[in-house]
Amino acid sequence: MDDRTVNVVGAGLAGLAAAIELSRKGVKCNLISFQPSERAQSVLAEGGINAALDTMGEGDTTEEHFKDTMKGGCYLETESAVRNLTDNAPDIVKELYRLGVPFCSENGRIILRNFGGQAKKRTAYAKSSTGKMIMTALIDETRKYEAAGLVTRYQHHELVAMDVKNRQLVSISVKDRFSDDTFTFTGSTILCTGGLNGFFEGMTTGTAANTGNAAAIAFDSGVEFANLEMIQYHPTTVAICNKRMLISEAARGEGGRLYIIRNGKPWYFMEEKYPELGNLMPRDVVSREMYLVSRRDDCEGEVFLDMTGLDDNIWKNKLSDLRSEIISYLHKDPAKEPVAVSPGIHFFMGGIKVTDEHETNIRGLYAAGEAACKYHGANRLGGNSMLGALFGGKTAAASAAVSAGQCIVKKTETPVGTVSSPEIRHILRDVLLEGLGIVRNTKSMNDSLQKINTLCDKTEKNSIDSKRIKFAAAMLNSALARTQSLGAHFLMNDG
Amino acid sequence: MRYRIEIFRKDRDNEKGYCQSFWYETESEAETVASALTALNEQSALSDTDGNTARKIEWDCSCLQKKCGACAMVINGVPRLACQAKLSEFPKGLIKLAPLSKFPVVCDLVVDRSIMFENLKTMKLWLTEDAVQTDKSQQLSFESSECIQCGCCLEICPNFYSGGKFYGMSAVPVTMRLLSESDKKASKEIIKQYAKHTFAGCGKSLACRNVCPKKIDTENLLVNANAIAIWKRF
Repeated sequence: MDDRTVNVVGAGLAGLAAAIELSRKGVKCNLISFQPSERAQSVLAEGGINAALDTMGEGDTTEEHFKDTMKGGCYLETESAVRNLTDNAPDIVKELYRLGVPFCSENGRIILRNFGGQAKKRTAYAKSSTGKMIMTALIDETRKYEAAGLVTRYQHHELVAMDVKNRQLVSISVKDRFSDDTFTFTGSTILCTGGLNGFFEGMTTGTAANTGNAAAIAFDSGVEFANLEMIQYHPTTVAICNKRMLISEAARGEGGRLYIIRNGKPWYFMEEKYPELGNLMPRDVVSREMYLVSRRDDCEGEVFLDMTGLDDNIWKNKLSDLRSEIISYLHKDPAKEPVAVSPGIHFFMGGIKVTDEHETNIRGLYAAGEAACKYHGANRLGGNSMLGALFGGKTAAASAAVSAGQCIVKKTETPVGTVSSPEIRHILRDVLLEGLGIVRNTKSMNDSLQKINTLCDKTEKNSIDSKRIKFAAAMLNSALARTQSLGAHFLMNDG
Repeated sequence: MRYRIEIFRKDRDNEKGYCQSFWYETESEAETVASALTALNEQSALSDTDGNTARKIEWDCSCLQKKCGACAMVINGVPRLACQAKLSEFPKGLIKLAPLSKFPVVCDLVVDRSIMFENLKTMKLWLTEDAVQTDKSQQLSFESSECIQCGCCLEICPNFYSGGKFYGMSAVPVTMRLLSESDKKASKEIIKQYAKHTFAGCGKSLACRNVCPKKIDTENLLVNANAIAIWKRF
């Protein structure tokens, strides 16, 4: 063992994958997270993880996984990155199985299910709790390296500042939210801080613990971001208290159908309009169609997800957890009646711009998972998120290990403010939602940008609020710069 | 309906705790303790039922869907998740909140549950060889992996205390997952640790069964873990 150390910020799937990879390379890791891994957003991931394992006799190949991912993402991502991802997917899923993830299987053969944007069965799953099952296995695996002294957890610590000089990361500042002490950590750092949910408080399927501050801090420190306009609205979500509840794509993968009442009768619009994949078209297409049909004069009411045709075996063996969740929150049994659904913010394809090796534009800084803009282009396929996080975390760790040196941790006396004002948070959220909906137009994006710019005068320079405002403006500027519709960025200008 | 939310609070720099109550009004059936705490904290000037200015209420939350365990606290005497506790369950309108008492309080409802994770490390709970998966192991592994390490089971347990040799129910699902997926040789150390830190201290009150937010059948996990580790039945 040597003294090489890498700081990993975030302990969800990408962070754990990075920590494990570093440990296996004999490199130490400071695993820094706001809450323990058990509380990370990754535990919410439901439907599964994609890999062309070809266990279902359909002749699936990694080449087809590659093609589907490129097509689903509207060819915005580079081919080399996606090829790395899809080529490595089977080994990643097999390793998870060896780590004990209880993927649905028969005599060692992993069973795969259908997921959106893919004609062949390619998604390995553990009922509708795949993220939780994978996280549990990785948490146990990481514990082994904690005990060996390779991984040191800082699990009530928040990133509050970054020191970047001449495009080189000098240090990160981290606040212990239990003691209120702040520390600086020098050395190479991987940001696995998740998506941008915190900018859309209460309106996403993600964790309420994500503030979006890490992204705002990184951006303010000169870290380059990309494709911030690419926000995935998942077609089947339901509003519950202070958030959107996801109804996994697995529900449609197993036979669930979307309809709306048109002229008094159910209209299965996805099946009629897109016979090639029907209800399992990529999420951007399904959400957009839901938005459009619900505004037609001949349609009435909400869009419904009809799962009443699913047989008992599917409910029992594949979706029992999803069924209990729906009953618990919506007081409706989806096996007996359709559920009203609407699109909700679920994933951010955009994020920190990274190379295929997961390097950022700042030397010594890497990013992975939803924090990074990688693999998913203009629209992520269901089942590729956990894959991207695991492969990204592993790749970033391999890159960071090469440049890793000593890490010095020092207590600092400079207090750093991290609490944003609820008033400004809510204004930002509402304004961003107006500009960056499922269907967008230049005028509303410009209006939103103007409103955000007027907020600048209301905040102190260098405060977390001012950094958040700057970042929100960047999201809108990114959207305005893309003048053609592509994937999740769908424009419908008046006139 | 108007609710009186009484919180047992503790400042960061003061050892002594105190009670402070807040009014919260809502007609929504969906509202939970978690959403009430969020709404109270979003008020520009929070004041208590006596009209005194109060600082923000500190509490932990993350998923808001019973999937992460962050918001565990004692609600009207019962350990449970704030995101699970609907306000409409309390028709009398009085809701008493307190931090989990088995862990050091950081501030208000935030507690330091690090000991739970340290205990799992002490028990060396990880796989030493590739998992062996069978139909039975998959079932046990799935159920075990649903544990969110919230600490509700430890709060209700008459035998657990922080720093003691008995690590409580929260160590059992982790143990069970690993036992269900390990062969005899690989299970040796896990069995040794289980006997020492779980079986020996468990008084079989099974109080944990009634409070698990995930409704994990703790008795079933214990029976299976004991069968493998203690009674050598498999």
